[in-house]
Amino acid sequence: MSLFDYKVSDLHELLHKKELKVSDLVEESYKRIGQVEDKVQAFLTLDEERARQSAKALDEKLNTDAAKGLLFGMPIGLKDNLVTKGLRTTCASKILENFDPIYDATVVQKLQQAETVTIGKLNMDEFAMGSSNENSHFQTTRNPWNLETVPGGSSGGSAASVAAGEVLFSLGSDTGGSIRQPASFCGVVGLKPTYGRVSRFGLVAFASSLDQIGPITRTVEDNAYLLQAISGLDPMDSTSANVDVPNFASALTGDVKGLKIAVPKEYLGEGVSESVRQSVLDALKVLEGLGAVWEEVSLPHSKYALAAYYLLSSSEASANLARFDGVRYGYRSKDAETLIDLYKNSRSEGFGDEVKRRIMLGTFALSSGYYDAYYKKAQQVRTLIKQDFENIFAKYDVIVGPTTPTPAFKIGENIEDPLTMYANDILTIPLNLAGLPGISVPCGFDGGLPLGLQIIGKYFDEATIYRTAHAFEQATDYHKQKPGL
Amino acid sequence: MSRISNQQVKHVANLARLAITEEETEMFTKQLDAIITFAEQLNELDTENVEPTYHVLDMKNVLREDKSKQGLSLEEVLKNAPEHQDGQIKVPSIMGKED
Repeated sequence: MSLFDYKVSDLHELLHKKELKVSDLVEESYKRIGQVEDKVQAFLTLDEERARQSAKALDEKLNTDAAKGLLFGMPIGLKDNLVTKGLRTTCASKILENFDPIYDATVVQKLQQAETVTIGKLNMDEFAMGSSNENSHFQTTRNPWNLETVPGGSSGGSAASVAAGEVLFSLGSDTGGSIRQPASFCGVVGLKPTYGRVSRFGLVAFASSLDQIGPITRTVEDNAYLLQAISGLDPMDSTSANVDVPNFASALTGDVKGLKIAVPKEYLGEGVSESVRQSVLDALKVLEGLGAVWEEVSLPHSKYALAAYYLLSSSEASANLARFDGVRYGYRSKDAETLIDLYKNSRSEGFGDEVKRRIMLGTFALSSGYYDAYYKKAQQVRTLIKQDFENIFAKYDVIVGPTTPTPAFKIGENIEDPLTMYANDILTIPLNLAGLPGISVPCGFDGGLPLGLQIIGKYFDEATIYRTAHAFEQATDYHKQKPGL
Repeated sequence: MSRISNQQVKHVANLARLAITEEETEMFTKQLDAIITFAEQLNELDTENVEPTYHVLDMKNVLREDKSKQGLSLEEVLKNAPEHQDGQIKVPSIMGKED
């Protein structure tokens, strides 16, 4: 049994009763990393020295009467697109291979206030562009359930490290499914909060109108605690929302009697595998047994979300990634006589193919003569997709469907064909376009690989998502299964 | 019919400040063509009177007081600069040479 089989609230209790030290938790992390990291390859950078120092200081505090929050001493992993002062932050790109940030992201500052311990930085697809972690410049993280398959992406390292028991929990980021899809593939719980719930300050931007940071955990309860710690308005991010942050854990009542669930027929149709479809129908039965009611509905514009997403996210990326020019920070080409050559050569040598492809697509969609046909058209379609959701949420409390059309695929299987790879995110992308929150919770297995149930909520109603996910989790035991690493 | 030509891909690469080889031009032309062709399914939808959504939340401009505060130190600013001299970031010549 691992210490990370306990929930945050149990570990907190053990610390409080002096039956456990923070150093025990931190050593548990590094011990497990020592055992399985050569197989999983989830980490890009470890922060061992500072983590041990911090554990020592927290253990001294443990012996005093000073107030200790619920997350006090808990070991966490961070996706490597969250900037961490004095700890290398690469976005899994050659262009930031030696980047040493000079400030901490807001979420990192909030974790410091909560007194968590950062274990290290986690692998991802380069600049969060990808669904498999195969686009990392450094390494391909493996799925702990089957080392031949991908962990998903882009927050693949964040999900794999939690599933493998290397950390208690982690943070990822989600632009088109990058928290929920890897959570589903790795059999853990991942939430994309409502756009604006969590500050993006210090998250290296991919697509600013879609990106959100969110928690990846073993249980729904832990997820609620971690979201609590990172939420809230931030003067450093003008798109963070000025709304109340409720007590998410108090929503975990187990009571879903009368909950109205909408199940979009488009989410169980073409392209969705039989095992995935069946796991969702089984999950609905479980929720029905708990007193919830469900009906089939339609989100008629779902099929257009993927095309709109790639135009919009790539357009925003092409602007955001213009800052990587080899001048102020990041990789600089040795081979440049003029400033223009310096830009071009640094970017061409520093970015991988997928990043270049999306910068090119975005530059094209925004270029003169094409703007109305592609970029503006996609923003109009975004309105239609958002209205689809608003119509459903006028009558229902949550929307339920699969997180992904299939379980995790084999490494190398989709890498040659961008469009097939993109299709993986077809069920997660619509939420990002609309800005809505959604969670993935384990709901079954197919051939030893985990499947995920996606629960979508109204704007800023993560509480109802958690209540539903928690009730389902407590009625099933999928979350108790562990990979046989 | 192909929607994107090699010439267009080279033009876009230049706008994006990317140097691409002939081989990469071929690859990106093929792939971008497939993606753009896929994206053109959006034309099935009549969006004549639909307002674009640039931002999902109903947000207004966020203003703050115009007060100065401590910025970054020179040391911090130069910490990640690939080349610097006398407290300034160094780049190749900006004038001349460019065609």
